[in-house]
Amino acid sequence: MQLVEFTDKGLYCARGKFYIDPWKPVDRAMITHGHSDHARPGNNYYLCHHLTKPLLQLRLGDNNYESIGWNEPIMMNGVKVSLHPAGHIIGSSQIRIEYAGEVWVISGDYKLENDGISQQFEPVRCNTFITESTFGLPIYRWEPQEEIFTDIKNWVSKNHSMGKTSILIAYSLGKAQRILIPLAETGLPVFLHGAVYNVHQTLVSNGCKLPEVQRVLPATTKTETQGNIVIAPSGADGSPWIKRFTPYNVGICSGWMQVRGNVRRRNVDAGFVLSDHADWEGLLSAVKATGAERVFATHGFQAAFSRFLNEQGIEAAEIKTEYGDDEEENTTNEKKEDQ
Amino acid sequence: MKRFAELVYTLGTSTKTNEKLEALQGYFSEAAPEDIVWVIAVFSGRRPKRIVNTTFLKQLCIEIAAIPSWLFEECYHTAGDLAETITLLLPANKKVRSPEQENSLSFYLEKFTRILKQNDEIKKAFIIDCWSHMDRNEKFVFNKLITGGFRIGVSQTIMVKALARTVSVSPSVIAHRISGNWDPATTRLEELLSETNTKADHSKPYPFYLSYAVEDDPSLLGDLDKWMAEWKWDGIRGQIIKRNEELFVWSRGEELVTEKFPEYNSFAPRLPDGTVLDGEIICLDRSVPPGIIKPLPFAVLQTRIGRKAITKKQLEQAPVGFIAYDLLEWEGRDLREEHLKKRRSLLERLIATVDDPSLLISPVLQPGSWDALHAIRQGSREMGSEGIMLKRNDSSYQSGRKKGDWWKWKIDPLTIDAVMIYAQKGHGRRSNLYTDYTFAVKDGDKLVSFAKAYSGLTDKEFGQVDAFVKRNSIEKFGPVRTVKPELVFEIAFEGIAASNRHKSGVALRFPRISRWRKDKTVDDINTLDDLKAILKSYHEV
Repeated sequence: MQLVEFTDKGLYCARGKFYIDPWKPVDRAMITHGHSDHARPGNNYYLCHHLTKPLLQLRLGDNNYESIGWNEPIMMNGVKVSLHPAGHIIGSSQIRIEYAGEVWVISGDYKLENDGISQQFEPVRCNTFITESTFGLPIYRWEPQEEIFTDIKNWVSKNHSMGKTSILIAYSLGKAQRILIPLAETGLPVFLHGAVYNVHQTLVSNGCKLPEVQRVLPATTKTETQGNIVIAPSGADGSPWIKRFTPYNVGICSGWMQVRGNVRRRNVDAGFVLSDHADWEGLLSAVKATGAERVFATHGFQAAFSRFLNEQGIEAAEIKTEYGDDEEENTTNEKKEDQ
Repeated sequence: MKRFAELVYTLGTSTKTNEKLEALQGYFSEAAPEDIVWVIAVFSGRRPKRIVNTTFLKQLCIEIAAIPSWLFEECYHTAGDLAETITLLLPANKKVRSPEQENSLSFYLEKFTRILKQNDEIKKAFIIDCWSHMDRNEKFVFNKLITGGFRIGVSQTIMVKALARTVSVSPSVIAHRISGNWDPATTRLEELLSETNTKADHSKPYPFYLSYAVEDDPSLLGDLDKWMAEWKWDGIRGQIIKRNEELFVWSRGEELVTEKFPEYNSFAPRLPDGTVLDGEIICLDRSVPPGIIKPLPFAVLQTRIGRKAITKKQLEQAPVGFIAYDLLEWEGRDLREEHLKKRRSLLERLIATVDDPSLLISPVLQPGSWDALHAIRQGSREMGSEGIMLKRNDSSYQSGRKKGDWWKWKIDPLTIDAVMIYAQKGHGRRSNLYTDYTFAVKDGDKLVSFAKAYSGLTDKEFGQVDAFVKRNSIEKFGPVRTVKPELVFEIAFEGIAASNRHKSGVALRFPRISRWRKDKTVDDINTLDDLKAILKSYHEV
């Protein structure tokens, strides 16, 4: 049974009359998480997790939002729908859809490692699993986050000893909060770019416990920031905004940093392989844990990943979606406010 | 090996020349002399002999990683580097050897030499054993050393500079000492860097002096009388050396190519001992009267490059000559500090004495004024040249690319508007990004591919084209994507030649993207007939 169809507006559950993460405006949208390629403006109705709602309000303004918790099934036009932790960022959820004994799960973006901020990924049994495949090649294999945190902290203290500011480029929603915790352990003041700060404030005012930070303001002096830490979104890298911190070193936190060529292309001083997506082994074990007899792979290396699954005896196909395979955001709107 | 791996990592990721320089200096001042010799060798393009071919290494990796070979290929096209792909696919080692237990760089390279003639089983066991106790960076450099091609973001100039600082000798002296023929396995560091040793290797070329491009108006260089103007020839830069009754031919890539050009043997006996000529290795039309220089297109010379055995037919169809333009050594004396004028007059005398149709002298142009030179330059393509060289009469022969005394003033490239039809992911810093494109012109209502180009766009533009390719690919053939013919680019090129190896019937010289024509659609692009018209206008024979 085709519970979810692949349309030019997005993934569509016809029986429940709702879309999942649509890329064109629709009447009813279920949203897996707050990243801009998954949660887009213009829908008449949004359903998401409680933790995602304030983020949508921040990014999309006032809309008709409704939110539910994890593992709290609701009915939509006779279809049973529930959210399950995806471990990608705060509030990120997989969407489980059940009708007449048939179960489909849409993963959204996910990772298996418990990062301590996002709820840990929950494997959900299903007949059909629609999975992301951002890092769906075996060259992508992550180290435990503790090891990467140690590398980041060592880099920061090395910069500090040279009187240089450490500027870390991270997705303002998700990665920025994830690295904030180990960075606070260095005891050095942490400054946030406006875009990161806005997300930070929204999370804190909704009960999220995060370390103390300061916002980079036009009045912020070099004496305050020098040798300390700045977290900024990727749009800030190479912008005039960043020059004010001279002398500084730039480090990017992204799964793409796994390949040297990408680090060189970005022309940064350090690349930290820290991803909020599942690596190759993670994708495979997630697929196996669902027990799904059929898998659809989307955004990423979907062709390679689905072919591999087929060869492993799991029926799989690729579908085209319009979600980004970037681990960094396009911040054209957000970076303006701070310049 | 750990120390070397660390150096390579720093050099590969550092964004500042000064940091690279410091990293190299740090290495040169700490590392064991036998390791330094190998680093100099490897960074100046001298590779150890391959103990296994890349297919062997790839198969071994596929076996250990337990993945299908198509998946290996996918990974390779994404990572854009074979050594790195293998490194990333091998399982991580829980037990990595500590610095005390580990082997040195020279240990591995000497082991390569010893193992070269052994059977595959022994080689396989050796490689697996190495892989099993190395960390990621070590595995990467180990794989690089086996597969060759050590391009890791450090130029030879930086290496020479760092070495010069470490041993307090001038960079040009170092550049000369490490040039030429020497074997890192049998050369000791003090031998390599010592003054006396340079005499022992009589094949050693001088570092080439390279010019900068004229930025705008060459008349800003001042009084034309102070300058010497010549054609800029479109061949391969080379040095011809005659010492100890032996002839050596070096190409600019510091490759000894003596055997490839037997034509030079005809004048070798008449070259006096202790002579070094700088000039152009180039194919010449022999049907013209003596004294006239008529080069054949670069494409003809290409049929001679990269071949070991040269057939009689090739010698007839692609006869190679040498157009000399400088004399670096005369009667065994280094002339590089002399003024160009002085070197030139000695060179003229020498070429006249040798008197051989394969050894010509690059004529000095006598324009009289900058305007006249401008007019002469317009006729470059008809002369089979790429433009004009300007050299200061009183210039010494420097080493490397230096601003001030030598300038190249190239003709504007030819251009044609074309549409992108195929795309492939790039290598190195362009990994996982579609940056290698194939372009087509119109032929009636069909599109015919005629050129590939990899350069000319900014990083931002490459990003935009990459996004277009990802959304508009039609079919996949291995690593190549067929793309909706929509994006139009102006392709610039230096020359054009007939070719039966290409579907279009033409081969371009040095094609690159000159700009993205966002204002044009596929209906506005040039046609195959336009290309053929260009071909015809430059090759009326």
